[in-house]
Amino acid sequence: MADAPQSDVERIKNASRRLRGTLAESLADPVTGALAEDDTQLSKFHGIYQQDDRDVRAERQRRRLEPDYSFMIRARVPGGVLSTAQWLNMDDIANRYANRSIRITTRQALQLHGVLKRNLKQSIADINSQMMDTLAACGDVNRNVMSPPLPMRSAVYQAVLADARELSRHLTPATRAYHEIWLDGEKLDVDQANLNQGDISSPGKSAVEAKLNQGDISSPREGEDEAQPPAGVLPRGAEDEAEPIYGNTYLPRKFKTAFAVPPQNDVDVYAQDLGFIAIVEAGELVGYNVTVGGGMGMSHGETGTYPRLADVMGFVEREDVLPVAEAVVTTQRDHGDRTDRKHARLKYTIDDRGLDWFRREVASRSGATIAEPRSFEFTGNGDVYGWQRDEQGNWHYTLFVENGRVADFDGLPLMSGLRALARAHRGHFRLTPNQNLIVSEVADGDKAAVVELLDRYGIANDSQATPLRLHSMACVAFPTCGLAMAESERYLPSLIDRIDEEMAALGLSEEPITVRMTGCPNGCARPYIAEIGLVGKGPGRYNLYLGAGFAGERLNSPYRENIDEREILAALRPLFGSYAEKRRSGERFGDFLVREAIVPEVRRGRDFHTATV
Amino acid sequence: MSPSAAQTLPTVLDPEQTNRVAAAVDGLTPEQLHWVSGYAAGLAARGTRPATAPATPVERQAPTLTVLYGSQTGNGKRVAEELAAGARQQGHEVKLGSLAGYRPAQLRKESLLGLVVSTHGEGDPPDDAELFHEYLMSDRAPSLKHLKFTVLALGDSSYVNFCETGREFDRRFAELGAERIAPTVECDVDFAAPAAGWSQSVLAGLPELLPAKAAAQPQLHAVPSTSSADAYDKHRPFEAEVLANQQITTSDAGRDVRHIELSIEGSGIRYEPGDSLAVLISNPPALVAELLDVLELDGDRSVEIDGNTMTLAEALSDELEITALNQGFLKTWAELCGDEALARLLRDDGRAALRETMETHQVIDVVRKYPAKIDAPALVRALRPLAARSYSIASSLEANPDEVHLTVAAVRYRAFGREHWGAASTHLADRVAAGDRVRVYVERNPRFRLPDDDSTPIIMIGPGTGVAPFRAFVEERAERGADGDSWLFFGNRELRNDFLYQLEWRRHLRDGSLGRLDVAFSRDQADKIYVQHRIAERGADVYEWLERGARVYVCGDAKQMAGDVHEALREVLTAHGGLDPAAAEARLKAMRRSGHYQRDVY
Repeated sequence: MADAPQSDVERIKNASRRLRGTLAESLADPVTGALAEDDTQLSKFHGIYQQDDRDVRAERQRRRLEPDYSFMIRARVPGGVLSTAQWLNMDDIANRYANRSIRITTRQALQLHGVLKRNLKQSIADINSQMMDTLAACGDVNRNVMSPPLPMRSAVYQAVLADARELSRHLTPATRAYHEIWLDGEKLDVDQANLNQGDISSPGKSAVEAKLNQGDISSPREGEDEAQPPAGVLPRGAEDEAEPIYGNTYLPRKFKTAFAVPPQNDVDVYAQDLGFIAIVEAGELVGYNVTVGGGMGMSHGETGTYPRLADVMGFVEREDVLPVAEAVVTTQRDHGDRTDRKHARLKYTIDDRGLDWFRREVASRSGATIAEPRSFEFTGNGDVYGWQRDEQGNWHYTLFVENGRVADFDGLPLMSGLRALARAHRGHFRLTPNQNLIVSEVADGDKAAVVELLDRYGIANDSQATPLRLHSMACVAFPTCGLAMAESERYLPSLIDRIDEEMAALGLSEEPITVRMTGCPNGCARPYIAEIGLVGKGPGRYNLYLGAGFAGERLNSPYRENIDEREILAALRPLFGSYAEKRRSGERFGDFLVREAIVPEVRRGRDFHTATV
Repeated sequence: MSPSAAQTLPTVLDPEQTNRVAAAVDGLTPEQLHWVSGYAAGLAARGTRPATAPATPVERQAPTLTVLYGSQTGNGKRVAEELAAGARQQGHEVKLGSLAGYRPAQLRKESLLGLVVSTHGEGDPPDDAELFHEYLMSDRAPSLKHLKFTVLALGDSSYVNFCETGREFDRRFAELGAERIAPTVECDVDFAAPAAGWSQSVLAGLPELLPAKAAAQPQLHAVPSTSSADAYDKHRPFEAEVLANQQITTSDAGRDVRHIELSIEGSGIRYEPGDSLAVLISNPPALVAELLDVLELDGDRSVEIDGNTMTLAEALSDELEITALNQGFLKTWAELCGDEALARLLRDDGRAALRETMETHQVIDVVRKYPAKIDAPALVRALRPLAARSYSIASSLEANPDEVHLTVAAVRYRAFGREHWGAASTHLADRVAAGDRVRVYVERNPRFRLPDDDSTPIIMIGPGTGVAPFRAFVEERAERGADGDSWLFFGNRELRNDFLYQLEWRRHLRDGSLGRLDVAFSRDQADKIYVQHRIAERGADVYEWLERGARVYVCGDAKQMAGDVHEALREVLTAHGGLDPAAAEARLKAMRRSGHYQRDVY
């Protein structure tokens, strides 16, 4: 492997002068709505994906016009918590520069679609004006850090959120390229603003802050920078711009981190490269079980690629969160495969070298003690809908947002309704990893006003949707995503209608079953840990995966390949029938299929394609 | 050809020359003879000056390998690159490219083709091969008897129609007469080994297929023949088949602009960049019907024009001008209707109002506004004969053998409470489709010509459809391998919706056929920005180009744009050349006289 050439993206990163590339020139090029090709890789690190409307691609080519390029902008929202002012700001940008919609992602971030190149800089500047940023929202770096959205156990939740934000800041790239290109050099400390955000009563110092101040966090290995000198000349003033954690070429591939608080696994911690499962003893957060090596993406027809659930590596004290996380990141930086992007995620590094090796490497780099995992239990990875009251007496309302798409639809003015709520409500909005939105911290006396607004706009539709729909997710796919092979967000709602009918006929309407669809095998909606997973293969055709755990603790298994809607329903119908007849009390659909040996239990990612019953 | 052809040769040739010429033309078709006559005339016209244009109709270069790929994932590209690299290592010249950027008409010029193509979904070509596929499968596809080919098909056998696109191309090439040098290799998801095998077998055969670089052969050069092109005129137009009628703006654009491709195969027509194509048209049928209705006339009634008898409807459709107004008709109509306002327009003091009326009103607007009765013969006498319409040719003949392309903005608008149509533009946009025929002839425009010297820099200013002749210029210079700088100023409303020929300009920029492109999209920002603003912004560079002897070409709207651009050029000379306004104007005049500043405005 050492002889294999590095992937092209590695060349681009290395020559980019810490993510600058020729982005400024690309933005100024007047004869195209696109960026230069290499810059389309670098823009991702800035939270920007170049896309084009694939519905019109061929027709435009016939008209001798370039594709209808526009950009997706992803804003980081660590832990999914944002102020209503930040929401209103995004709403304004969405209506001014994007396609009049906001998308809540599966990782608690916000996306705008359809921004033209000439409006890109202003959009990014406007997002930053409300102390939100897009840096490292995509690209080969640690991306938005997730944390459980529903603050039911307030004290624990607050502590976990504080740790998540601290880690987010710690792993944010240090390059000034972002501020140079988008903010005319102005340096905003968005991470600090996040830490200061007073959404929760006196979060206090996070346990790791003390260590940070002591300068105790390990730096990357000496000599790393010398080994990979920047290919170009850095701008003036940036000569000393260190990238202490990432170095010049950042990570081999994307890197995802989440914090979970059992019994909810709403963040799908096993799907993340790095996870922290809160261990609470006697009501106190004592530390975390650290998980490593989760990841969804694979490629059709390449069995060397596979989804993998994270391993629980061990328990660490709360104060070791930053050093351990950094050690995980730097180990992956130094040992991840940079020759093949399909084999570059942390999950392959761990499978190739073994978990024991990895644990030793992390322990030695971090100096932390990695102890035996503590016990915990997850019961589900879905959201809890409707009104909930936390220990402090505040109310939280979880609103179902189908596939995370916020827009004004025919008969459902969701975007306008949320705008009205954001104007009236002084608390926060929280984004859930299941693409829903929580109107949070509603005081007793304000609840009626929120209810009134929900009713006036008719947007509280969680009571009308079946549990099946409430447990469904889809990625964006067509028309904007360049990777999509089949429809997803535009199609899943109607497929759910059909499946609802099948289930209703069998008296299963009240059964929650997780259904997730993606337009390609890269897995943005985490389809391989859905009880019913559908992954696009070609127009109108999907691979069907069945039998994952309801709490995201077990992968599903390939069941049918390349089938259309009729075949999907025909495949599910007898299984529903059998489930209705033979399930045990409280038994989940995925568990049932495994117990009945209809699909094998997939214990390891590398067995995903080959496991048999 | 019969010997009589030789016998009729003039006696300016001695007997031996006569025999040589007779032998040279023996067996040629009439079209070929036409061409030879033009070729000879061109030689005479050019004297000893080295000619630059290559021969026609299709010139095949010394055989080279062309490797094309179409794939969604980049796998195909990699395989193609490997094959190309291998062939280059053997010392062969190789053309490598994506099907997306490949002009299918070029196939006529290829000799040896390696095609790598994937299949998607249920047997569909990849996005970037779609247009190539469409073209090749259509009736337009040319004979490929001269072509040798081999196909590598990529696919995924979990789909029903595995490698279908590759198979289709393979079949179709053979149908079109091409010779298969190796059977199609079909690759599944795990393509690396079979793809490498295919490359190896192609490379092994190359030494035989591609003889070592032939010494540069003396190339036949021709210049356009006046005689053959001018064989056609208004009375004897050539019936050109429509090859394509393609909108090149989006449905969100303010205008429907068409790219029209016509075949002049077999006509012997030659044209040069800068020339125009005259198109004989008919009037919009709806307008003819409406006119008959308003005037309460019977379309079936016979009328006579120039001794020919036809129905009134036919006359209004094909022979008479019923869109553009003319004074003669207004005079007749003013007398008939007795309206004082109309009569006033025609008096000397009504000049300005008359001009405005002529610009804004069609015949139908006048007869609606000022009702009167007229009989059919009087109507026929009052209306002008329908004129042919001229369009600046948008193609280089060298780059598009046997074709002529036009860029046509369809004129359709509402005024005075009814729809209006431009007769010619809607004739081309709405009333002809691929396979139909259009009657055309070439109009020479010797005052709008590329410099003879290919190293002379050129500045082309062509907003809107004014860009048409510059497409021909750039194609022509690319074909010639001209090394002179070139700079295009283009403008329209929105980059997304009406950047005419955007893909082609970007390709020309990439391959160096166009040096520089500045664009002005008036509606992409708060302030309206037009080409003249860009000229002013780049004034220092424009001046520097002028000092280097650059030629300036302006094409497009005469009313507003041409004046604004002229003004901008004058300001470039004052701001950057230190001239006072009068001297700047004098310099521009001198440039006009010397051919350094040429305009085709309308």
